[in-house]
Amino acid sequence: MSKCRIPLGPFHPLLEEAEFFDIKVEGETVVDIEMETGWMHRGHEKISETRSFTQSIYLVERICGICSTSHPFACVNAIEDIDNIQIPERAKYIRVLVGEVERIHSHLLWLGLAGHFIGYDTLWMWAWKYREPILKIAEMISGNRNHYGMMRVGGVGKDFDNELIPKIHPILDAVEKKMVMLSKAAKDDPVLKSRLKNVGILTKEDARDYCANGPTARASGLDMDVRRDDPTAYEVVDFNVITLPNGDVYDKLVARVLEIIESVKIIRQCLDAFSKVDGPVKTEVKEIPPGEGCGRYEAPRGEVFHYMRSDGTNRPIRHKVRAPSFSNIPTYKASCVGIPLADALITLAAVDPCYCCTERSIRTVDTNNNKIDTDLLNISRDKTQKIRKDFLKKAKTPVERIFEKS
Amino acid sequence: MFLEYLFYVLVFPGFLFASVLGLIVGWVERKVSAKVQFRVGPPFFQNFYDVFKLMGKEIVLIKNSPYFLFIIAPIIAFASVTITATLVGMSFFYQVGFGADLLFIIYLTVIYSVSLIIGGSSTGNIYSSIGAGREMKMVLSDEVAFILVLLVPIIKAGYTINLAQIINFQANNGMIIGSASGIIAFIIGIICVQAKMGMQPFDIAEAETEIVEGPLMEYSGPLLAFWKLSHYIMYVFFPMLLVILFWGGANLNSVGNVIASIAKYLLVVVLLILIKNTNPRVRIDTALKFFWKYASPLAFIAVILAILGA
Repeated sequence: MSKCRIPLGPFHPLLEEAEFFDIKVEGETVVDIEMETGWMHRGHEKISETRSFTQSIYLVERICGICSTSHPFACVNAIEDIDNIQIPERAKYIRVLVGEVERIHSHLLWLGLAGHFIGYDTLWMWAWKYREPILKIAEMISGNRNHYGMMRVGGVGKDFDNELIPKIHPILDAVEKKMVMLSKAAKDDPVLKSRLKNVGILTKEDARDYCANGPTARASGLDMDVRRDDPTAYEVVDFNVITLPNGDVYDKLVARVLEIIESVKIIRQCLDAFSKVDGPVKTEVKEIPPGEGCGRYEAPRGEVFHYMRSDGTNRPIRHKVRAPSFSNIPTYKASCVGIPLADALITLAAVDPCYCCTERSIRTVDTNNNKIDTDLLNISRDKTQKIRKDFLKKAKTPVERIFEKS
Repeated sequence: MFLEYLFYVLVFPGFLFASVLGLIVGWVERKVSAKVQFRVGPPFFQNFYDVFKLMGKEIVLIKNSPYFLFIIAPIIAFASVTITATLVGMSFFYQVGFGADLLFIIYLTVIYSVSLIIGGSSTGNIYSSIGAGREMKMVLSDEVAFILVLLVPIIKAGYTINLAQIINFQANNGMIIGSASGIIAFIIGIICVQAKMGMQPFDIAEAETEIVEGPLMEYSGPLLAFWKLSHYIMYVFFPMLLVILFWGGANLNSVGNVIASIAKYLLVVVLLILIKNTNPRVRIDTALKFFWKYASPLAFIAVILAILGA
């Protein structure tokens, strides 16, 4: 049978964002898949270098609309790592609370989209209906539904109002009830099961080889969670890490539903703690000394990593972001090849890819979609040298200045 | 006589009536779906607006493609569903049969699918081609079950393919849905109609999030309006056909009977919509397996039961 090339994207109803997948099929069976990034590149890392540390936090909040507190969380972790800043205990609880609210609404959003992708629009609408009260909680806590703006270096920007505790509890009860119902329904529904069970299996070995993380890895049996393994605020709460053995789309769905239930438990612990733990929510940070720091956080999609380097001024001189989807998207090579096209598309959606988080690289192609072998790195270096020679009168680079001071 | 037939085909219960009723039932479909999904749903005239808007839009044709087929496919499909609606409507409203009604209906419903395949594959678009291929597989899978389902009332009513005689039989001997073979055939029939109309769980050929409406992808303007209108007219005659075959047809003698007839028709429509809204799209091989492994044998059992008189 002859091979046939299906261009999925850059604009396609399956993808909420611009992304290009080059799928090769024989009949209905996928034989090869290739992805191409670069459609959503916005240069956040570069912009961050022109902003102060506080402004950078707001900037990285805009990397992604869904994990809009994961990036600031990792970013403040990185900045605090430079100077070993300790944050107050109440601030830790508030950070955990906001993070978990975001995780619930992100997983519910994925659940709805997954329903839409398999043509189950009722599941889509219902999941998003249950997501609405969660957004209300976020609005009660921070004043915003999506971009919370809570994270600050040394704590959080806004104290939690203890009067909200009795208002939040009934919403959580309702959400937990619906999620338990949904996990039962997913187990019983024969059509849903036949559609998702044993589809797009990502084995444990493949998940490890492709550096998968987050629910994608946990559904394949890899027991990893930054919240537990490298806690910066999560040591104050007690929770289980959900791992499932099979690695198919069905397990990814169940893993996310169970994580929602787990997140509800974490939020309950935070709410209980607020009445006991009092005190400031922010440590005053006057300046960031020269140095470098790394921040990790378990975003809803996996581990998000931020690297910050400071030269003692109020601006980072290097800000590196690594989003979870960056390592999750290549797992398609392992999970999509050899399965029918209809299954491949839900497998694409199952890792909950977030392209605007991922886009850190650009592939240069000519009009025939062939890769142009330009030496971009050297061009960039030459340009930097030229700029330095022409405009920068100082002979020393920022990196050299760091080492000079220390 | 000729003018009378022209009236039947073009005005009532054919083209004009079926189109208007189809758009109204399309509104019911969208509204019920919206209610199931906690949405508000569109206003009453939304489908009319949509179709009239499409009528005024430009038709985009593809260079280097056989666009004679591309243009003729929706028109053939529309003609076939209009004639089917006329046939079914005549027996639904006037209790009149033309003779070989059911044979004709089987042919005409397949012509719709065939023109979908022709229209989809004429474009050369990869998504359309996949959609056309899937539609072909769907025809292969649901056709046998559908014909077996139609055989049950044919056998029950004394080996006749005249819809009027089937209605007469039910008026005298009770409804076919009341018998064991009838209820099995009715349930399989609902599922077959779901597949023939391309609704979830069998909207495989037009899967929006996979292959972007499949065969309809390159269509625009009035041609797309014809496809949409054909789809809505199917909402008119398929439930009517099921009501005629299994549920005694319509009776328009008194006000009570009219309401009962409308209720029967709407009940079948709402049943179709609810099945649509509570199922995800299945894979093409699952659908094929379902129809050949479960639906067709069950329908065959119903046929045997009908022959035995149960």
